[in-house]
Amino acid sequence: MASDPAAGASNGSPAIRVRGVRKSYGGNVVLAGVDLDVERGETMVILGGSGSGKSTLLRCMVGLERPDEGTVHIDGVDIFAAGSRKLGELRQRLGMAFQSSALFGSMTVGENVDLPLEEFTDLPPSTRQIIVDIKLALVGLEGTVDRLPSQLSGGMKKRASFARAMALDPDILFCDEPSAGLDPVTAAGLDRLLIQLKAVFGITMVVVTHELESAFAVADRIALIHGGRFLVTGAPDWVRACTDPLVRRFLDREPEAIEDSHQRFQQFMLGSEEADG
Amino acid sequence: MAGQSSSSPVGAVGRSGAAVLERLAETGQLWHLAVAAARQTLLGPFRGTPFRLRETCRQIVRSGNQSLPLVALIAALIGSILALQSAYQLRLFGATHLVADLVAISVTRELAPLMTSILVAGRVGSAVAAELGTMKVNEEIDALTVIGVDPISYLVVPRLLALLVAVPCLTLFADAIGILGGLFVGVSVLGLGAGSYVADSIATLVMEDLWGGVLKAFVFGGIIGLVACQQGLGTRGGAQAVGRSTTTTVVRSIVLIIGADLFVTALLYLRQ
Repeated sequence: MASDPAAGASNGSPAIRVRGVRKSYGGNVVLAGVDLDVERGETMVILGGSGSGKSTLLRCMVGLERPDEGTVHIDGVDIFAAGSRKLGELRQRLGMAFQSSALFGSMTVGENVDLPLEEFTDLPPSTRQIIVDIKLALVGLEGTVDRLPSQLSGGMKKRASFARAMALDPDILFCDEPSAGLDPVTAAGLDRLLIQLKAVFGITMVVVTHELESAFAVADRIALIHGGRFLVTGAPDWVRACTDPLVRRFLDREPEAIEDSHQRFQQFMLGSEEADG
Repeated sequence: MAGQSSSSPVGAVGRSGAAVLERLAETGQLWHLAVAAARQTLLGPFRGTPFRLRETCRQIVRSGNQSLPLVALIAALIGSILALQSAYQLRLFGATHLVADLVAISVTRELAPLMTSILVAGRVGSAVAAELGTMKVNEEIDALTVIGVDPISYLVVPRLLALLVAVPCLTLFADAIGILGGLFVGVSVLGLGAGSYVADSIATLVMEDLWGGVLKAFVFGGIIGLVACQQGLGTRGGAQAVGRSTTTTVVRSIVLIIGADLFVTALLYLRQ
């Protein structure tokens, strides 16, 4: 893997340290031993195509998937070895905005944002209501507190998801495909929101995306993943100048050559005939 | 070639073995879920996880409201049918007056808990599986986990406790309605006196009949809750998978309920 020597100079222990993470489903290797450090206060974008392993890596980083091998440390805590109490405390300092927004469909937008506050603080309902209003205003969703998620547009759902993720003022925010499925204007608005959240709160962010424009807009560093391995990690300009053929193919949006597809199809057919014979 | 191996005896044995292993794994998941829910209910409040009384009460009311009209209708019909069927045999021996006794015992010991549970499995179990399955495919369960809220404590325990309470309550209600159904047929068709019918029913029933039925209902409620939650949380894929979880919940609940019925009935019989 190529990495930018000038970027990501650590001033101490990283906020997130991923070491040797491997994950397979059946015989399909999705992550083939991944290492990654995310420094405090930086926005790390994990960029990759469909099936590259980026979302699986994110799920491993937040503890939703247990890797077959390897470790994930957040603020020095090994999240797969920590006890439930320690992990519970750690989770209150993390926020995550899901690709599908994952808002609770039976609750209003306000109740969605209020849930972490109700669960983990002793604040009275009136104070929580003020915080909910502030969080919704922060993402530009004033006046939607009593609406159900089904009454929101795709972009509004994503924003509400950010408001819920920010409810407890997390130290680290994970975002899974924040602009996927949105029109370019709404997607640009969400990129701006991420930049604003970082500027205001100085939080560490891990953003998983396949959108090049979005990645270069929000990233302090980019890690390009392909076939379960990082091809390159570094500052956006350094990644943009990278000459590795696979990196170039992704950045220049070159589709797979048709000859390659034909070749693979012929190999597949040949294999089937041999098996039948 | 692949077709040959799949239709060969070895292939059939392999498939059967895989199906058995799958069932064993699911039984293990059910047991694991039951232990986790019990641990969360009993130890959760001491570990800082509050007991969700309000949500549990909401689920009890929801389960009861969903099932009450249907349970009433079916219990009344079953009581009436039972009175007619038993009268058909008993009149051969000139013992039509025993209809009240037979209806009361059959309804309280067997039919009310069984029919109520089957109805609840269809109405509430399927709804719980669909709700949790939809939450699962929409990543809402993952969102809860990331927030730090244990889905077992937040979703499973209230629904399981609600069914453990609601099914016995509905069964007691079905007992009363079933006996009233028998009374209606006894008075209007068989020409029995209303007062003597009620007196006979009360005189026949002992507390053990009622509690035996309630015990069964409690066990059946637990089965429905566990199967529905396991299927819902185990949903993988999209809308089709939610439908599959819902159907599996109803079928598996009914099979397990009838199996457990035999077990509890045998236990109650051997106790005497």
